[in-house]
Amino acid sequence: MSAFFAIVKRDLTLALRRKNEVITSVFFFVVVAALFPLGIGPEMNTLRLVAPGILWVGALLASMLSLGRMFATDYADGTLEQMALSPNSLSLMVAAKILAHWLLSGLPLVLLAPILGLQFDLSSNALWVLTLSLLLGTPVLSLIGAVGAALTLGVRGGDVLLSLLVLPLYVPALVFGAGAVQAEISGLGASAHLSVLAALVLVAAVFSPWASAASLRIALES
Amino acid sequence: MIQKLFFYASPQNFYPLAGKLWPVFACLATGLTVWGLWLGMFVAPTDFQQGQGYRIIFVHVPASWMSMVIYLAMAFWALLGLTFNTRLSGMMTKALAPTGAICAFLSLWTGALWGKPMWGTWWVWDARLTSELILFFLYLGHIALTNAIDDPRRADKAGGILALVGALNVPVIYFSVKWWNTLHQGASVSLTKGSSMAQVMLEAMLIMGVAFWMYAVAMALYRVRSIILVRERHTQWVAELPEVKAQMMKNTAGGANA
Repeated sequence: MSAFFAIVKRDLTLALRRKNEVITSVFFFVVVAALFPLGIGPEMNTLRLVAPGILWVGALLASMLSLGRMFATDYADGTLEQMALSPNSLSLMVAAKILAHWLLSGLPLVLLAPILGLQFDLSSNALWVLTLSLLLGTPVLSLIGAVGAALTLGVRGGDVLLSLLVLPLYVPALVFGAGAVQAEISGLGASAHLSVLAALVLVAAVFSPWASAASLRIALES
Repeated sequence: MIQKLFFYASPQNFYPLAGKLWPVFACLATGLTVWGLWLGMFVAPTDFQQGQGYRIIFVHVPASWMSMVIYLAMAFWALLGLTFNTRLSGMMTKALAPTGAICAFLSLWTGALWGKPMWGTWWVWDARLTSELILFFLYLGHIALTNAIDDPRRADKAGGILALVGALNVPVIYFSVKWWNTLHQGASVSLTKGSSMAQVMLEAMLIMGVAFWMYAVAMALYRVRSIILVRERHTQWVAELPEVKAQMMKNTAGGANA
């Protein structure tokens, strides 16, 4: 367990030394959310309808941006091999890297989402649900994305390939995440959607570190 | 029996078996297609609601079935390959993927062709259509990943993990899309057909289903033979194959002439 926290701390320290990368993906989210009203038109009733989808797709793409870096630098300088050789379980260490990735790319989006939601004139209840759905949903994105990042490690054109692999697998998180906000707006109540999202996080948290570790071993083998 | 299975797990032993089997499956596929299409196009009565246009289901439904079955088959081979570390399993996964992608595409395409006269639109965001589209994306992702990795062993294993993750995800995607669809669109267009299908229509559809199945098996076996040849081209047994020898003779003769 000490290895787990050591890796989380290390990844956070490394990322904060190069703040640029973290800030870029956050700004990407802000810019994408600002572009949609320009494309759709300033009609508030329309914007209120599409807001959950836009913010969620924005979050999906923003977390996608930083996925490629999850293992790449460690792979390049050999740290990953040392991790695989260490007596600690590789799955546990991968879980630590996923947690660090979420703290750096998912959590900022969760904190920003209510502010962006205000631009779309969401009610305060809807803003709460939006934040909650992103809080439950963005870890799913990091968890599923980790498998894709591990599979495309060191592959030619890996970044584009990664999006092709991972985006279809994000569909359930998107459906229930954006659906939760829409259900809240339409007065149906969001608890069912949020429960399913929570279930998705739990299932992904069990399987993803294990599958990512297996994929990393394949990448390191060759 | 088990020993026999392990015997054929070696590409060297499977290559001649696949060579014997694929023409059988191809003949079965051709015969059943002719029979099924004849039943579907000429014998089955015209539908009183949909007219002649409904006859596209004899291609559409089997293609959709096969697109799902092939993904499961890929996951099965992937699981086998990852647990037993057999080379042939990875080759089978790779051989199945293009046929699955074609079936998914065919299903989407015929669905659109059917949708236009029946519902007046090429595309609806119906649960089945959407999950079929996502399945198509999963196939494309699998093909892209296995083609991007140069080392065949790594490509097989990475493709195997992706196939398994995808197979776990397909039901989740289907139910999430279904829920999304029922919440947002209401039952504007229902694809669920009544069970009052004429007997002969059902028969034709089932025959076409089996025909597609045979076609998929034949194509997979044919493709896996090519994959085996490419991957094992440095080995002695490939060099000693009569067809490879004949080709080599031709090449050297051609080279001498030129």
